[in-house]
Amino acid sequence: MRPLPALASLREKIQRIEAGNRRALAFLPFGLPEMDARLPGGGLGLGALHEVAGGGNGAIDGAAAALFAAGIAARTKGQILWCVIRQDLFAPAIAQAGLAADRVIYVEAGDDKTVLACFEEGLRHSGLGGVVAEIGRLSMTNSRRLQLAAESSGVIGIAIRRWRRQSDAADFGQPTAAATRWRVSVLPSALLPVPGVGRARWQVELIRCRAGESADFEVEACDAQGRLALPAHLADRQAGPQTFGRSAAG
Amino acid sequence: MPASKAQALVPDLIIRDAEPSEDADGLEKLALWALHRYSPIVAADPPDGIIIEASGAAHLHGGEVPMLNDIVDRLAAAGITARAAMADGWGAAHAFARYVNRPVLVIPPGKSSEIILRLPIEALRLPEDMVANLRRLGFERIGDLTDKPRAPLELRFGPQLHRRLDQAIGMQNEAIDPVRPPELIEARRMFAEPIGAAETLARYSGKLVDELCEMLEAKGLGARRLDLLFHRVDGGIQAIRIGTATPVRGRKRLTRLLCDKLETIDPGFGVEMMSLCATLAEPFETKQIRTSLLSDEPDIDVSALIDTLTNRVGEEKLYRFAPVASDVPERSVRRIAPTSPATGETWPDHWPRPSRLLTAPERIETVALLPDHPPVSFSWRGIRRRVKRADGPERVFGEWWKRDAELATVRDYFQVEDEAGERFWIYRAGDGEDKATGSHSWFLHGIFG
Repeated sequence: MRPLPALASLREKIQRIEAGNRRALAFLPFGLPEMDARLPGGGLGLGALHEVAGGGNGAIDGAAAALFAAGIAARTKGQILWCVIRQDLFAPAIAQAGLAADRVIYVEAGDDKTVLACFEEGLRHSGLGGVVAEIGRLSMTNSRRLQLAAESSGVIGIAIRRWRRQSDAADFGQPTAAATRWRVSVLPSALLPVPGVGRARWQVELIRCRAGESADFEVEACDAQGRLALPAHLADRQAGPQTFGRSAAG
Repeated sequence: MPASKAQALVPDLIIRDAEPSEDADGLEKLALWALHRYSPIVAADPPDGIIIEASGAAHLHGGEVPMLNDIVDRLAAAGITARAAMADGWGAAHAFARYVNRPVLVIPPGKSSEIILRLPIEALRLPEDMVANLRRLGFERIGDLTDKPRAPLELRFGPQLHRRLDQAIGMQNEAIDPVRPPELIEARRMFAEPIGAAETLARYSGKLVDELCEMLEAKGLGARRLDLLFHRVDGGIQAIRIGTATPVRGRKRLTRLLCDKLETIDPGFGVEMMSLCATLAEPFETKQIRTSLLSDEPDIDVSALIDTLTNRVGEEKLYRFAPVASDVPERSVRRIAPTSPATGETWPDHWPRPSRLLTAPERIETVALLPDHPPVSFSWRGIRRRVKRADGPERVFGEWWKRDAELATVRDYFQVEDEAGERFWIYRAGDGEDKATGSHSWFLHGIFG
């Protein structure tokens, strides 16, 4: 759906008021037209905070969410700061998602409070490509601080929300100041003509998006450059009514 | 015991003259080593000890027990058998290190004054003849002294007895006079009136940094480690230690690192002197700033950020991963310092790897065909999952050159997917045929994203 011109100009006006002394907005596209069209600016805002959580058991292990974040970080330039409470990431997998081991500096913070402090410290440093942090509780006040820190430096911040118990995951319903909120759940992998496990598939839900609408996508997991892909049966589909008006090449 | 008697008891005994002055020199050297390595406040405690003020320093070494272990291990590597104890005060720590037969001992805060009562009176750092006289009077343990009236004892033994007793049970403070290497670069400032407000401390920290940076500049050095000492009016010393990854002479950056830690300082009734010294200084290389005329890449210097984080969480907690040529998953990764140069290496990419690796593989119950089929179903943490698709086996052999026990061991890794699409990395210990290669039980090792 194309936004109305009046709406677009209003949006621009609000953005200018909001901007203040913020740096020029830049966006990091996913490279999938279906996803980028749903995000204002055509991608994830750099200099903003984004939240990612896993669905189902992923809320506890955060395995798919970590790869989703690694894929985003892989497509930025510069070093990545990755803050965890206790380390359980397996570095070869992060490298397979396109984020080379040389680019990532890990901080093992030990508790929630220190993770938040390190996250904010990293976001204030404009020399980084991005900052990823694994946190459970994230209050409105804290997320606002993080968002402001990201705005001041233009560095993308990704909060991987991860909880100890499934019951704590209800916390994900609480509002925060993050620009977007994602939930990544695993789906059965792509069917292969031979026995074996195909490329992983995710159900990626855009639960909340500032100045945008929520949406969900079925995608194939990150490749070696950190790019998502559309599953073949969706990519080859006939142009539906919702893509009306777009050129055939788009 | 006379030397002749000892010689009679042990044949071929090697005898050397005691050299107390050389011993003292050696102890001083050890104290300097501890100063560089562990804490800003360290002093020799002759004839055979070193005293280290560990408050505010222990967390950088992973906690109190790991720090003491580290000290004892490093000394052992240098051929010195040492015992370490941590307690509330100098007197108590001195006693516990010498009179409790354990290599490493940490007394929880506030408990020293009770436990010390059980130690013999020799632990009080008193002259030998005084101890002998006390023993003659029937005093065996420190506890025997505390409930006796003080005046008669003091009349007989002088004020030293109760001073040592009070120091041991923490009733009296004992200032440590920290060792300082002779070539140390130091800036200090005395105050006519004691200061205590946080803003004032921060302001003077900034001034000291300015002075120190001038001295460093004159010598062409940059600071790798700074110690800021606060001498309080009551004789106590509080300290802040910061470290940097590369030599630094930037005033703003150093001031910020120091001021970040000011909240840990308790000025008490006031601070009468502050001294800032560069415990570790290295040659400072001036670098030309890259300009955008020459390259488009922005100058990315994250060392300032690394310093800030290191001083917050400790050196060990900040790292990068680098590959190791090993097929055993938990050995294929090593941690390197965040500032080390890029290795440019990566892991082999033949097989997908799980994004989360369990710290220890967890035992699972399976239904599986031997020898080379993946399980049909398995239960992990009380949940039963039916395996829908699987890939494998990927055989990993034990590394016999590391341990003899691994000579025959084998692990067969499978990637399995359950009905909901959750993917796990599981392995069977053993090749499924020969019991010598492993127990044939199944383990879950990682979770795929």
